[in-house]
Amino acid sequence: MPLKRRQIAWRAAQDLADGAYVNLGIGLPTMVSDFIPADREIVLHSENGVLGVGPAPGDNEVDWDLINAGKQPITLVTGGSYVHHTDSFLMIRGGHLDLALLGAFEVSERGDLANWTTDDPAFPPGVGGAMDLAVGAKEIRVLVEHTTKAGAPRIRRNCQYPLTAAAVVRRIYTDLAVIDVTPDGLFVREIVEDIDLPALQAKTEAALRPAPNLRPLRAPPV
Amino acid sequence: MIDKRVRGLAEAVAGIRDGATILCAGFGGAGLPDALCEAVVEQGARDLTVVANNAGTGRGGLAALLGAGRVRRIICSFPRSSGSVVFEELYAAGRIELELVPQGIISERMRCAAAGLGGFYSPVSVGTRLAEGKEHREIDGRMYVLEKPLKGDVALLSADCADRWGNLTYRKSARNFNPTMAMAADLSIAQVRHIVELGELDPEMIVTPGIFVDRVVNVPA
Repeated sequence: MPLKRRQIAWRAAQDLADGAYVNLGIGLPTMVSDFIPADREIVLHSENGVLGVGPAPGDNEVDWDLINAGKQPITLVTGGSYVHHTDSFLMIRGGHLDLALLGAFEVSERGDLANWTTDDPAFPPGVGGAMDLAVGAKEIRVLVEHTTKAGAPRIRRNCQYPLTAAAVVRRIYTDLAVIDVTPDGLFVREIVEDIDLPALQAKTEAALRPAPNLRPLRAPPV
Repeated sequence: MIDKRVRGLAEAVAGIRDGATILCAGFGGAGLPDALCEAVVEQGARDLTVVANNAGTGRGGLAALLGAGRVRRIICSFPRSSGSVVFEELYAAGRIELELVPQGIISERMRCAAAGLGGFYSPVSVGTRLAEGKEHREIDGRMYVLEKPLKGDVALLSADCADRWGNLTYRKSARNFNPTMAMAADLSIAQVRHIVELGELDPEMIVTPGIFVDRVVNVPA
């Protein structure tokens, strides 16, 4: 069974290191905050000037002065702080964040990231903080559904959409697999149990190879 | 005696000229100078360039200024969001120019103007469409593009508390672009929820010192 979106977020959360400063992009990556392992202290950064993003507030606790990059209400953890935008992006560009988890339209086999415009004339483009994050965080990982709704591969030899940044993505979490991007190409670390590598390859434009310790990709119902 | 308090919104936005560049603070629904934007509609300035992270939502605030046809050009990182109907209509009709700038580059370009600098080299957007036409330079093995300062004629701000010197404090993520925009414009105007006596604000809590603020108007939440 392919993972559900929340399960992709759960899987990405399992790899977060204790003590890491992490930015969560809008959309699927934002869900990662629901699955931070209880034994780890992770400091979540939101580009609009929040360091120490906490869980969503209860209905009676919503404060519209306290929102995340997706404009949803959040809370602040004990020890959290606020900064203004320029300092927030100094954190981003200056290499102060250990990791950014981002959404994507496409990722190439070299780790090129495309996530800001599809060039659809009906929709004005929006870049937000994506280009700053993509070149600034120490590491970039992407959470993305393996194919489009129409079945087209999102992991490609070359991105079809305009790039956000070149050669920045190091790991890809999808509903079917966990894939590492290396200088030698794409290596599948984990794959869901009911498909095999040839079936995964059929849904992927870029060439895939199995990592030496290829394991099943499993996530609890969340 | 220094007293930057003004009596109302009309006085707050008086004198904004046609063709002005207006820095408009806020991110999502937080820290938006909605009342000031609506006052600019009444004031009448047109042919404006607006610098803002988002391009307004609903029909009020910045969306009202856009909807009144006063904005020729918007410099923005993320124009399309839930409820950005006015911008989307104008954009589809070709009635507004959009200059898309990465979010951190908007704020750093304004900081650069505020600091009296002539520009900076940034790795953001290298290898993408947004770097086209910009001067490229390799520094210590990494490629950068030249980004120029971005200065406002006017900044429209939203803060929590102010005193008569124009010292400002903010609440939570409503701080966002406000401190940088306050520093980067010739005329900085803040709508504030509370006006307090000089001396009531703890100096350690003042984020924007009054040197950067010209007018303060009380707009209760």
